[in-house]
Amino acid sequence: MFRLFRTINLAVKSLLLHKLRSSLTMLGIVFGVFSVIAMLAIGEGASKQAQDQVLELGATNIIVRSVKPPEQSSSTTANSNSFILRYGLLREDLKLLSKENISGIERSIPIREVSAPVRYRHREMNCRVVGCTSGYFETNNLNLRDGRFITEHDQVKIDTIAVVAAQVAETLFPGEDPIGKSVQINGEYYEIRGITRTRGATAAIGGSLAGQDYNKDIYIPLKTMQVRMGDDNIQRKQGSFSAESIQLHQITLQINGTEEKKAEDLVIPISEVVRETMEINHKGKKDWSIIVPMELLEQAKQIQLIFNLVLGSIAAISLVVGGIGIMNIMLATVTERTREIGVRRALGARQRDIIEQFLVETIVLSGVGGAIGMLLGWLTPQIFSGTQWVYNKISSNTVEVDAGFNNMFADLTPDVQPWTLGLAFGISVGIGIIFGVYPAMSAARLDPIEALRHE
Amino acid sequence: MSQAVETQFAARVIDLHKHYYLGEIVVHALRGVNLDFPKGDFVAIMGSSGSGKSTLLNLLGALDRPTGGQYILGGYDVSKMTDNDLSDIRNRLIGFIFQSYNLIPQYTVLENIEVPLHYRASRQAIDSEDRDRCEHLAKLVGLDGRFDHKPFQLSGGQQQRVAIARALVNNPEIILADEPTGNLDSKTEEEIMQILLDLNAEGRTIIMVTHEDNVAELAKRQIHMKDGQVAGDGLFRG
Ligand SMILES: Nc1ncnc2c1ncn2[C@@H]1O[C@H](COP(=O)(O)OP(=O)(O)OP(=O)(O)O)[C@@H](O)[C@H]1O
Ligand SMILES: [Mg+2]
Repeated sequence: MFRLFRTINLAVKSLLLHKLRSSLTMLGIVFGVFSVIAMLAIGEGASKQAQDQVLELGATNIIVRSVKPPEQSSSTTANSNSFILRYGLLREDLKLLSKENISGIERSIPIREVSAPVRYRHREMNCRVVGCTSGYFETNNLNLRDGRFITEHDQVKIDTIAVVAAQVAETLFPGEDPIGKSVQINGEYYEIRGITRTRGATAAIGGSLAGQDYNKDIYIPLKTMQVRMGDDNIQRKQGSFSAESIQLHQITLQINGTEEKKAEDLVIPISEVVRETMEINHKGKKDWSIIVPMELLEQAKQIQLIFNLVLGSIAAISLVVGGIGIMNIMLATVTERTREIGVRRALGARQRDIIEQFLVETIVLSGVGGAIGMLLGWLTPQIFSGTQWVYNKISSNTVEVDAGFNNMFADLTPDVQPWTLGLAFGISVGIGIIFGVYPAMSAARLDPIEALRHE
Repeated sequence: MSQAVETQFAARVIDLHKHYYLGEIVVHALRGVNLDFPKGDFVAIMGSSGSGKSTLLNLLGALDRPTGGQYILGGYDVSKMTDNDLSDIRNRLIGFIFQSYNLIPQYTVLENIEVPLHYRASRQAIDSEDRDRCEHLAKLVGLDGRFDHKPFQLSGGQQQRVAIARALVNNPEIILADEPTGNLDSKTEEEIMQILLDLNAEGRTIIMVTHEDNVAELAKRQIHMKDGQVAGDGLFRG
């Protein structure tokens, strides 16, 4: 043990002889190890993020959404005497996709959403007006800052009441308490009964669900929306005119487990039943889609696995490049220290001793490089947040980037798994050995007399 | 390694031949050299350039195997040993002193003196006793107060003193020196030769290659080489 310590100590001495050269060589390994750890950490972080996003939808939920059917079918099916395009989920669907009809469904939560200007006195804000039921509150992880959310009672009474998001409250009521005041939507007055807390936006998931920003929301009872606004939505944008008629935009089905079966096992079979029901009720018209978070979760996990493999391999290549750098330097070192090798052989070193000496030097080089890389890798989250800060500085005043990407990038926290530290360090030492063996062997094979004569 | 036989000779060479093969050409560097080196001898090997002095010394130093003949060192027949055995023999029985000192540049004086200890057969770690011995040897050759200096901080004479201390550390059977004063001025040359004379007076066997008559005269015996053979072997009592 003491002998090993001594060998390492002497190796360090030899490496310190060329400080710059040794540190540059080490740098290759430092970055190699760092990138392996960082890549895996970012991959893991992205994977967690994707899974969290899916879980946010509710792992045991099934989401059915309205989808605008493709153009050609719409032109044939649309009423010729009307410009209004009718499609999407029907109130009838809601009845079919209910606790009463499909066992396992605990609750069906419908929404209808319209983008509309909301006014209070002279102030105006473009909001997402969401017609919903009390269940929306829980399924979307909303929190109240003040007042209350929409209740079943509101639906029955068809009350003109509203709950606003914090940002809406601040924009329309700066320095005022909105509770009890009334805002104007589509010419109707709605009394504010509650304010929800600011909630982080969700990112888009694959192509199946758009990102959602909850901060410009205003919630009203679904029944009230139906009665006061009807199903039509007419919008004029830059000269073009579009009118659609949609009864419901989305129905979220909450699945509950039974005594025999867990909810997780019920989701997929129930989603099949839901699909069939919709198929029949819409007579094959593709104006709806179904999102099963559980399936997305599986997909996300698989994609992530491939992603991790690719990232890891790229990083591993940089480690190999670092290893080649080490080999190059060690070969140069052997040539340069030929005479030292000759002297050691003359003084009694066996070939093995020379191999050991140069191998230990390489391993010290790659080991120290690996350790520094490991430290850097461990700091990946800090380094990454630095990158995010720089990105924000640059992107905020130059390019307009897709909000979904921004959110994804901003929320991404690299997750350094302890095993990746060990793995990367192990690989770096392994690389030191692999790329060190050849130079060490060629040093040991030198003829002592030749080596002593070397200039 | 075969069992050593007790003799009064530190080393003997019997009909030693060494050929170098350069493609088609065969260089006969040594052609039948017979020499006995009694214990406590101090030999100066002389001769013109290319006469085979270094070749002989390399064979005596077990750095190489002869093409023919026998070499008995400290009772062992070295001529047919394996590479590992040669390494061990060099470590245990031979102390080398080179013309160009050949210290390890990144090591201090004491670390340089320690080097042969790393390679002793036991591969035992260096302990405080060893370190005391290195310091003692360093003082003996006049390096007191320079233990932690690196070679580049030392003069040529001082570097050669380190090399002598290093050659002594394993208490070898013979000390081999190839032109030990070849790179030194006359005053330093005298100092170094004095150290070698003192070591010889203590009973150590020294074999030295030199070009200079005044250096050779200090030895007890001079051997003249010519064309790979011993041309003259005389006792000279200084
Ligand atoms: N490795 C070698 N390969 C081929 N020939 C060699 C080799 N070493 C020595 N010789 C040849 O062997 C002969 C003896 O060389 P050696 O080095 O022993 O001479 P030397 O007496 O030490 O000369 P110098 O006084 O110049 O050092 C020379 O002809 C030399 O060219
Ligand atoms: Mg010579």
